[in-house]
Amino acid sequence: MEQKVSEARSKPRRKIPTGSEASVGNAAGANALRKQAPGTDAGEPSHGEGSRGDQSFESILFARSGTYPDAADATEPSCFGDLNLDQVVASVTANRAEYNLKGFFHTNLLEVDDVAYRHEVMRDLERNEMRDCVLAFAQAMKTMREHFAQMEKIFVPIQKQAWFLDAVDIYSRGVLDLTEALGRSEPRSRGLRGLLGWLRGYVASKDFPAMRSFIETLQADFAKIRYCVYIRGEGFVVHRYEGENDYSAEIEQTFRKFQQGSAKSYLTKIHDYVEMNHIEAKILEFVSLLFPDPFKRLAEFCRTYQNAYLPALVARFDREVQVYLSYLEYIDRLRPLGLKFCYPELSKTDKSLLCREGFDIALATKLAADDTVVVTNDFELSEDQRVIVVSGPNQGGKTTFARMFGQLHHLASLGFPVPGKKAKLFLPDNILTHFEREEDLENLSGKLQDDLKRVHDILDVASGRSIVIMNEIFTSTTLQDATFLSRRIMRKIIALDALCVWITFIHELASFSKETVSMMSMVVPEDPAQRTFKVVRAPASGRSYAMSIAEKYRLTSDDLEGRLP
Amino acid sequence: MKAFLMHAGRDFDLKAPLPWNAEALVQDLELDTLFDAMADGDEFLREVARVALLTGGGNDIDTMRYRQAALQDSLRNPQAVRQIYGSVVGTITGRRTRGGLMWLGNYPGAILSRSVELLEAQVAGLRELRHLCEANAGRFRSPAFSTLFEMLQRELTDEYLQTVEGHLKELKFRDGVLVSAEFGEGLKARDYVLRNALAEHRNWLQRLFGPKQEAYTFNLHPRDEAGARALSELRDRGINIAANAVAQSAEHILSFLTMLRTELAFYVGCLNAHDHLEAKQEPTVMPDPSKPDERLYRFDGLYDVCLSLRTEKRVVGNDLAADGTLLVIVTGANTGGKSTFLRSVGLAQVMMQAGMFVPATSFAANVCDAVVTHFKREEDTAMNSGKFDEELNRMDEIVGHLTSNSLVLFNESFAATNEREGSEIAGMIVDSLLRHRIKSLFVTHLYEFAHSFVGRDPKRIAFLRAERREDGTRTFRIIPGEPLRTSFGEDLYGRFFPGEPLEDDKDAA
Repeated sequence: MEQKVSEARSKPRRKIPTGSEASVGNAAGANALRKQAPGTDAGEPSHGEGSRGDQSFESILFARSGTYPDAADATEPSCFGDLNLDQVVASVTANRAEYNLKGFFHTNLLEVDDVAYRHEVMRDLERNEMRDCVLAFAQAMKTMREHFAQMEKIFVPIQKQAWFLDAVDIYSRGVLDLTEALGRSEPRSRGLRGLLGWLRGYVASKDFPAMRSFIETLQADFAKIRYCVYIRGEGFVVHRYEGENDYSAEIEQTFRKFQQGSAKSYLTKIHDYVEMNHIEAKILEFVSLLFPDPFKRLAEFCRTYQNAYLPALVARFDREVQVYLSYLEYIDRLRPLGLKFCYPELSKTDKSLLCREGFDIALATKLAADDTVVVTNDFELSEDQRVIVVSGPNQGGKTTFARMFGQLHHLASLGFPVPGKKAKLFLPDNILTHFEREEDLENLSGKLQDDLKRVHDILDVASGRSIVIMNEIFTSTTLQDATFLSRRIMRKIIALDALCVWITFIHELASFSKETVSMMSMVVPEDPAQRTFKVVRAPASGRSYAMSIAEKYRLTSDDLEGRLP
Repeated sequence: MKAFLMHAGRDFDLKAPLPWNAEALVQDLELDTLFDAMADGDEFLREVARVALLTGGGNDIDTMRYRQAALQDSLRNPQAVRQIYGSVVGTITGRRTRGGLMWLGNYPGAILSRSVELLEAQVAGLRELRHLCEANAGRFRSPAFSTLFEMLQRELTDEYLQTVEGHLKELKFRDGVLVSAEFGEGLKARDYVLRNALAEHRNWLQRLFGPKQEAYTFNLHPRDEAGARALSELRDRGINIAANAVAQSAEHILSFLTMLRTELAFYVGCLNAHDHLEAKQEPTVMPDPSKPDERLYRFDGLYDVCLSLRTEKRVVGNDLAADGTLLVIVTGANTGGKSTFLRSVGLAQVMMQAGMFVPATSFAANVCDAVVTHFKREEDTAMNSGKFDEELNRMDEIVGHLTSNSLVLFNESFAATNEREGSEIAGMIVDSLLRHRIKSLFVTHLYEFAHSFVGRDPKRIAFLRAERREDGTRTFRIIPGEPLRTSFGEDLYGRFFPGEPLEDDKDAA
């Protein structure tokens, strides 16, 4: 009997992913389909559909199915490099390669309600209890996948069966815990409520509890088994444990009086391979003879559940929810620095904008590594205002400001909280950027041509719902040329009614029309070499020599009064 | 088992964090000289002396008295203390124990046999230690030593030592190894527990001839080398735990012996320093510590122990009776012994805190949880503005760490600027210290500063001056006296550059 099972298990129906290759199944993605763990039934679940509860729930990311292209096909938007969003996404999805998430970050939402659907889920997941229960579930699924990867390396049939049992146990406990914890934390989002409804139906169906009780009985029986191995030079004997004395404890007892704090461990690290050698396999075989019953039932468990335990919808949720978790994890690293994130108010018609304490999230991440906090900035557009023209000294944070503007809008259109204390943003159909490219500098006339071509391409694609970001274009020509070209382009952008941030050294653009708003990068007035990356002024004061040093070290009478014990 | 020679119920911590200002304290009080005298060339003794002296701020009066009593025992029985110390060191560094637990090897079998060997040598050493205690028990009266001796005689009975030796014999596992196990992940065995194989051996015979117990036997094929390896690994897993237990026991005994060595080392160090001072007939005395919240200096013949240890002749001692005094301002001639005096007060305080004798004919002071120094840094060659900044920077650091029962020693502080500004800052700081009842001694040339405190609060402020005879010679004694307007720098200058007019420069300054 056992022999038969083991043969069956040694020829899995599909290619099984191993180790790092292991990918998370998204039932909707063809790519993911090929990489599913054994037992995932991506087609028709074997459990009765009728017992699944909420039928309308499909995805935690999309309010309506089929509205957006599959994430697997979504390529990186052209603005990503200029806005450093490629760095942000790489950083957000780092350590999550197995989920293949990047495509989701490339797909911007076009409807305000699609964004609202994600805001709801995100707000739910910002509650620790809610997030913890989803994280725990994700961890369970991950552990399950690792178990299947491991199973492939095991050749002792009984052991292989044991790993399968563990994997299904981990999966099903993960589902149970998730259902229970979700219910307790009462999600308010449509997404998580839909999921909860579905899960409740699933775990209440006839098959699921039966599978659980099978697992639990088996585990309890195995946990009770204790045996002895008596090793002599020429071989060994295996028998049941019969209360023999713990000799190490006896030794410890004798020497206890010398105990001085905790001693170092002298345990030799004996490498524990998951696989068994033939001596261990022999011992396991002997133990199965000493305790035959649980081993028979283990084989039966494997036959029953081999290909029928994981519904496709669970696998899809496991993958998609990582989009939220990864982003939250990412911004949670920045929040302790005092940086704020907010859920922006969005519209696809109203072009008045507002942002308080916004920042470049890529730069903030980089600076955070050196324990530095990025400078935040505000912007506001109202009524007819559409174009922010930024001028001022170099290295003063102009490009950072432009990136921030673009990032805010892209992140907002992914349905995420955006970097800033408060934001009212526009839901664009597209973000188009033109940043100066260093590598094109060899040929100046070629560069101007290239600039114009790129600007042309942008205007070709741009609509009244687009966001255009121009960063120091036409630098390769005379001021007169540049002014002329810029004015022409400006007129076109205004005619389009697109939102725009334009960084330029041409001051005239700042007062071009009622649609333009001027902003400047600032320096410290007393020390023009020092940039503030912001509009801030600080007064200074002079003082007498010794006393001013004493003040610096907080050694004045007043200081000491407070400082001394 | 604990030595408890340094604290009544606690180990002495050789790795204890030193006070934040330890480095400055060692430098300013020239403590290295004292450490060297206590070490007598032995690095270990030096390290114990260093830590004991630098961490004394944490000791309470009881601890000081506890150590004083043990030290008095040691001064009465120097030979016995050195002999016990020698025996402990011998056991730790002997031929069979020298390697300690460093080179046990990588296999449980090797670890086990090496640890058993180590333990055998340690047990012999413990036996010798107990005999030494038995021989000297009557001559020690301090709680520290009598408790230790009683404990060793009680714990290390012959009977106990025999039990230990019995185990050491059994641990060679001549009859095979018995382990029990349970199932872990994927039905791999886990929780190996070593079982008494001696009993198994008996049971085994019983099973062979008695009622049948279900058991399955596997014998290796002679050519199954992989099997032999696997089986020996399994044996290692069994022995592993025992090897660990035995090695840990050896480590525990080693750390007991090391602790005993460490705590004895302090007293051996005190004996060494005492020998040096006695040889040149310098007086020493057990100090009389009083409560931390009192403010007290009362001493006779207090001398700078480090200066004495460095010179052939005896050094000058000073007297002071200043109960209730918070601030002592010392002024007077250069090289008149002011810094030496300041150091002698700091050193005596540090030694008293550690439980040592002090270099004086009598000494009483309140307990201070920290001795803090703010000395002019001679080696600082930075420009003046930087120097003054550095001085205040250090003061800032001191203020940040100051406790209300600290003793602050200022030596020519805040002089890296002109006298008016320096006096202003010094006055401001000292005033604040006074208001907060923080004890300080201030050696200074800043006349404006020193003079501004004259007559203000005689009960809490005392003035001392380096003595200078009518003929201008220095006695190196520090006597009561208010600051005098002239400094004595011109004396010195006149000695090196005779015949130059000085009046112009003096006025200009």
